[in-house]
Amino acid sequence: MTQLTRAQETPLSTTRSPNRRPRRPSVRTGVPSGGPWHGRLADPLFNIVAIGLLGLAIVAIVYPLYFIVIASVSEPAEILNGNVWLVPQGFTVEGYGRIFSDPDILRGFANSVLYTLVGTAISVASILCAAYALSRKDLYGRTFFMLLFILTMFIDGGLIARYLVVRDMGMLNTMWAVVLPGAIGVWNLIIARAFFENNVPGELRDAAQLDGANDFRFFLRIVLPLSKPLIFLMIMIHLVANWNAFFDALIFLDDESKYPLQLVLRNVLIQSEVTAAGGSGALDSYAAAQRIGELIKYGMIVVSSIPLLIIMPFMQKHFTKGALLGAVKN
Amino acid sequence: MTTQPTVQHLVPAPRHRVSRLRRAVRSWQLYVLLTPAVLHVLLFKYWPMYGAQIAFRNYNPADGFFGSPWVGLDHFQRFIESFQFERLIANTLSLNALGLLLAFPVPIVLALVVNQLQNERFKKFTQTVLYSPSFISVVVVVGMIHLLFSPRSGIVNNAIETFGGEPVFFMGSPEWFRPLYIGSDIWQNAGFSMIVYLAALTAIDPSLHEAARVDGANKWQRIRHIDIPGILPVITILFILAIGNLFNLGFEKVLLMQTDLNLPTSEVIQTYVYKAGLQQAQFSYSAAIGLFNSLINLTLLLTFNWVARRANQSSLW
Repeated sequence: MTQLTRAQETPLSTTRSPNRRPRRPSVRTGVPSGGPWHGRLADPLFNIVAIGLLGLAIVAIVYPLYFIVIASVSEPAEILNGNVWLVPQGFTVEGYGRIFSDPDILRGFANSVLYTLVGTAISVASILCAAYALSRKDLYGRTFFMLLFILTMFIDGGLIARYLVVRDMGMLNTMWAVVLPGAIGVWNLIIARAFFENNVPGELRDAAQLDGANDFRFFLRIVLPLSKPLIFLMIMIHLVANWNAFFDALIFLDDESKYPLQLVLRNVLIQSEVTAAGGSGALDSYAAAQRIGELIKYGMIVVSSIPLLIIMPFMQKHFTKGALLGAVKN
Repeated sequence: MTTQPTVQHLVPAPRHRVSRLRRAVRSWQLYVLLTPAVLHVLLFKYWPMYGAQIAFRNYNPADGFFGSPWVGLDHFQRFIESFQFERLIANTLSLNALGLLLAFPVPIVLALVVNQLQNERFKKFTQTVLYSPSFISVVVVVGMIHLLFSPRSGIVNNAIETFGGEPVFFMGSPEWFRPLYIGSDIWQNAGFSMIVYLAALTAIDPSLHEAARVDGANKWQRIRHIDIPGILPVITILFILAIGNLFNLGFEKVLLMQTDLNLPTSEVIQTYVYKAGLQQAQFSYSAAIGLFNSLINLTLLLTFNWVARRANQSSLW
């Protein structure tokens, strides 16, 4: 009964707008008469709104993904007629059959695996090394080097100059053009540095120095084993980013045999839709091509996401924690 | 005797006023660790910055960055006077400003709501589902838009027809480009951005909530008077950063979502730079446009940082 009047005496309520009149509990019902926003119903109402909102968000995220999966094994005519909603109709795996026998797609897949592994190895190794060096307060020129990195977050030479530089280095049409230019994200460097600063005690280094360990040894034998969550986070971030990257490949690669999967996907998923909608061919083969084309599109979305689905569970444990780690520090 | 080196190592160097140079030389291994990253920024960030001067030159490959003839602001002038100019600025600004306005609050609301969930397992499940789309590539998201909103077989048009409407060619209509772009952006990224706010929320002292609960404050009141003020600094900083990127957001996705038909709204500065520069090889002209774009970004960032610092003391620096 007196809950509300007491609430108004707390410092909390001083931030309220002064023109709000104090509300008195209704004598007859015993329920505070502030309406649902302030009365006893406020919390249940909040819970209903919260559950409703989150439920809606979850459905909005899950349903399109689920639909893609069932559409990839449904007869395209059934999708066309609007019969596919919750379960696959006219079950077929023809799309997947075509995908796994298409040399372009398979080569794209293989290229992506290669680029992703090499790119991740380069990025993670150089970020960890640099971040550790920058985390050492006794590094002479530390502020200068930090500035050198941080400035690049705000100033940028632009797409054209970047392209010309990569071209001048003779990297066009090679794996290096895909893997190197974006290898080091300053944001990740900052996260890693913060981790080292907070998790590698200075006493440990003094002790190691007594034992005659130099900086390399200390970094390899003591710092890295202490930093498993960070290493894990960095590997995950880069695996996902490299796997999903397409733009550098688009501008730096001409040779189709070097295309990563995302670029093959782009050509199949996005380029064809527009041309297919505009053009027309010989009727019969056109219809057949349309049919299989649809199946392949749905199927490729699923196939390209499989590697990410595989690492998702591993990620889950560390990822939020890691993301928080970076977030809180900044 | 054996303790002698110990003492020397335990006490930090300045006792003997070791010169900076000697100290730097002694920790040469740290510089070795630093080398790959420094080389990387020099080659892939600073060299292009230096190369950006081709915006003031007539670049030709034979003469390179320095040798090409100097033309001053000619390219900038040409861009500002070109018929594309107003449309590009308007498209870029409205897409990004609208996107920011609509997308920015969503993760905050999600975080505030998720933070109130009592059931740990449901909380975790919700978080995972909400941020899972951010692991999907832009290419796939745009591919999904093409498929789901397709005029012939898309599920959205199927639903429209079921309810008696006329099918819409979403990807071919300029007026649908922005809703689709912003909507899919929220779909993909809101959950991930939420994590940062959730982190900020967990940093709020729980005793504040305890005290408020004892005093009878309900969830709405606690959100309004504890949670929101608590994460306001984070909100401010992320907002400034977003403003600094106002002319930069999601250009890859815009490029992927472009069709010949939606160009009237989907052509933005950066896609134009890409086309004029890399597809038509007008290197200097498009570099000038790119530089123009970066200058606007930097100006916006600095301005809003200044405003925020004056307003509530939380700023980038």
